[in-house]
Amino acid sequence: MADPMKIRARMEGDLVEVKVLMAHEMETGLRKDSSGKLVPAWFIQNVTATCNGKTVLAAEWGPAVSKNPFLSFRFRGGKPGDKVAISWVDNHGDKRTDEATIS
Amino acid sequence: MNPIQRAVSLVCAACALAAFGVHAQSSTEQEIEKYRQQVGEENPAELWEMRGEALWKQPRGPKHASLEQCDIGLGPGVVKGAYTVLPKYFADTGKVQDLESRLVTCMETLQGLTREEATKNHFGSGPKRSPMEALVAYITSESRGIPMHVSVSRPEEKEAYEIGKKMFFYRAGPHDFACATCHGHPNLRIRLQDLPNLTDPKDAQRAYTTWPGYRVSQGEVRTMQHRLNDCYRQQRFPEPGYASDAVTALTMYLAVNANGGKYNGPAVKR
Repeated sequence: MADPMKIRARMEGDLVEVKVLMAHEMETGLRKDSSGKLVPAWFIQNVTATCNGKTVLAAEWGPAVSKNPFLSFRFRGGKPGDKVAISWVDNHGDKRTDEATIS
Repeated sequence: MNPIQRAVSLVCAACALAAFGVHAQSSTEQEIEKYRQQVGEENPAELWEMRGEALWKQPRGPKHASLEQCDIGLGPGVVKGAYTVLPKYFADTGKVQDLESRLVTCMETLQGLTREEATKNHFGSGPKRSPMEALVAYITSESRGIPMHVSVSRPEEKEAYEIGKKMFFYRAGPHDFACATCHGHPNLRIRLQDLPNLTDPKDAQRAYTTWPGYRVSQGEVRTMQHRLNDCYRQQRFPEPGYASDAVTALTMYLAVNANGGKYNGPAVKR
């Protein structure tokens, strides 16, 4: 199973600033290993963020995103104490969801 | 245009070029500094720190014990600030040890692993992950903000320092190279990489207190030993043994030179 994400969510004025670190290999499918064989593509395809169950961000990612991706975004309508949940699904169908409380 | 005038104008053109060169270089350095700040804000090493903390507390090995009772410098179980006193002399092993060597000892004594099991996979690569890199990331992160204060009061520690110093200045290999060739003079650089002068406390503090680090080019947290291996590779030396006394001695020399510097790792490195 994938490692947990590190999520920080805090108020910045009337906006909520969310910073997420995800642990993922993000293989492009173009890299070769030491024996010359292609390393199969393995990357996060869908990312969604919800605040108290309501979707505030939905993204489709591709192999151009770096290993161990860092995502930062802001949204309106959250308040301290609300729960921000981030989920990703990769092209193997693996998924991971983690949650943080807005401070 | 007479010859003298021509010479003067040529010299001026050269001055202009030189001035441009200096300007381009400093603005490049500023841009690199900006990049470092941006990536430093959210450091993927935090993922290693989280994994390392879990590993520290997780019972492993034949004795099914965690590392929580491991003495890494400030007594059994003390993690906070422990990295700032390493390497140091440990009475139970009768040796000066650095963090990695000490963790190997604890895996042997507390968890009952053999040395081979404890040191296998010490450098991770992609899905083949290293428990050592995660543990080191966690333990060092617990020393953030605390000044380095490595002691050389014991004769064993003094000896390790002197051996490390000798290693630092030891020239050999096909390139007749020493650590000091790159890291013993001020204001050197390779391409865009500034080379810290590790004999100067200010540079040594800045360099030492930011290792281990997350290497963006490798996508992994790399330990001090990995960094030193990399230096020896570039000197065309044989690879030093993992958690060996030689690596501890060299680390001792660098750590003492960095004494007083506030520890600030694991950092982000190129």
